[in-house]
Amino acid sequence: MATAADVGSRSEIEAFLFLEAWLLDHGRLDEWLGLFTDDATYWIPLEAGQTDPITSVSIVYDDRTLLEVRVRQFLHPRAHARIPAPRTVHQVGNVRVLDADDHQLRVGSTLVLVEYRHERQRIWGAQVEHRLRRTADGLRIVAKRVDLVNSDAELDGIVCLF
Amino acid sequence: MNARSIKDLVRSDRVHRTVYTDPVLFELEMDRIFGRAWLVLGHESQVRSPGDFFTTRMGRESVIVIRHTDETVRVLVNRCVHRGARVCEAATGSARELVCSYHGWTYATDGSLCGVPRADGYDRPVAETVGGGLARVPRVDVYRGFLFASLSADGPSLLDFLGPLRASFDDFVERAPDGEVEVAGGVLKHAYQGNWKLVLENHNDAVHPAFVHASSIWAAREQSAPGTGAYSEIGVRQMLQNGAPWEVWENTGLWGAAYGHSWMGDYHDDSRLVPALDHPVFVEYRATLERRLGRDGAARVLAELRWNSIVYPSSSFMSQFRQLRIVHPIAVDRTVVHAYSFRLKGAPEQMFRDTIAFANVVNGTGSPVLTDDLEVYERTQRGLGEPRAEWVYLGRRHGGDVPHRDGTLRGGTGTSEIHIRNQFAAWLEYMTAEP
Repeated sequence: MATAADVGSRSEIEAFLFLEAWLLDHGRLDEWLGLFTDDATYWIPLEAGQTDPITSVSIVYDDRTLLEVRVRQFLHPRAHARIPAPRTVHQVGNVRVLDADDHQLRVGSTLVLVEYRHERQRIWGAQVEHRLRRTADGLRIVAKRVDLVNSDAELDGIVCLF
Repeated sequence: MNARSIKDLVRSDRVHRTVYTDPVLFELEMDRIFGRAWLVLGHESQVRSPGDFFTTRMGRESVIVIRHTDETVRVLVNRCVHRGARVCEAATGSARELVCSYHGWTYATDGSLCGVPRADGYDRPVAETVGGGLARVPRVDVYRGFLFASLSADGPSLLDFLGPLRASFDDFVERAPDGEVEVAGGVLKHAYQGNWKLVLENHNDAVHPAFVHASSIWAAREQSAPGTGAYSEIGVRQMLQNGAPWEVWENTGLWGAAYGHSWMGDYHDDSRLVPALDHPVFVEYRATLERRLGRDGAARVLAELRWNSIVYPSSSFMSQFRQLRIVHPIAVDRTVVHAYSFRLKGAPEQMFRDTIAFANVVNGTGSPVLTDDLEVYERTQRGLGEPRAEWVYLGRRHGGDVPHRDGTLRGGTGTSEIHIRNQFAAWLEYMTAEP
């Protein structure tokens, strides 16, 4: 059986997640999008332990197409909820390789995100799971799942990227 | 605030900004509108068996909606008659009895007090003193499976209250091949720092999409079309649809009815959204519908093309797309909306998956579409909080509304603001009727 070491060392994985966070915090959204594979999904479930984005609703569930639309929307001069764009700090921690095979690995981490926009600061906490694939260009995200600690609360609109 | 001063706030084509910002008026609205009208609470499928319950709000009142052992649905005020604690904190569940966490007072599923620990410590029977149990919401009724209640013992019957808007609920249910719908797939919630009326005014506003949703329309147009059957197909189509040409919006039907209700019709047809008319899933769906209703019956059901229907003051729903939104006013400048998805019983499973994909893009708290609506509600609330501009102008197609079938008024065109004028006509009636 393959180990995590076969598909990516822990430091490589951490460096990848930190790069992702850095890109988001610096508004380099096209480069962030470039970290995802063409068949990628980006999921913020509504409920803790939600197993299925197809027969139950989600705060966000994007396939690659919708994720591209989401990122492109930030560029429009009348993207009202994104102007000004939220300023963020993504703090990634507790990185653990959950399992791995020859080509893919599943990585758990925690995220503390500070978001500021329009005289208002919000703090988010989440358990994050990445499914990463080793490609010729390095690690790429096949699926990203962000379980907000308050996902089932009565939340104001969410425009930051996790 | 007396009736005369309230009347001064509403004119035929404008309202005073304080109707959105004055906390005193908000309290009056909770008493006189949310305290009187029939409010949408949910659907019978949320409480299938005796003991099944969910909690919700009726204006400022927290209530428990529970199926009693006699199979009727009861709506109980969620406050222990002893010391006032919330009896039930769970959003949903099933219980044989409701037990207060503070001193163990226990209630049956009809709210009657059935257990008081240390009852011998009272000098007279406790149930007598406290009125028998949890306060009961005086009127509860059901239309086509949808649950309604009113905090007022008097007022129009539910059927009279709904009037011609019943057809929107009929459409919702008749689209199901088995003639039944059920709540499924979870409840999306979103909130905004703005008055509750803003969301109800927006849902039938046919001019806003081109401006509020300009960025998602553009982003979707720049996207190469997702393949047929792709998950994103519905979301992208919906964003594109918001950018429909003006003649589509002008030709949309928009009706206002008594009690502030309104609906948009003749807008979406099934060929504009997925699955399209010749899509295999749709063909299968139509066949199941025809088995129950016959060819003509199914054609009649599918010819009904309703977009948002507003049940003033508490709900906005989409019969054609199986979405029901319930509006909860929290404060004059704070509103919460819960959005329910429904399954058409007997329809192909893919229809329900489409409903979920649609819900995510229309009602998802992180939706590229919804978040722009919420942003604009908040900008509106901020603008209305400033005293200089006193009047809010609701004059689009004012004077062009025409009497139409079933006692409705139809907007001169689909971009009329008739639905807002109609809501304020009802608002004024509720607000100036003395208790």
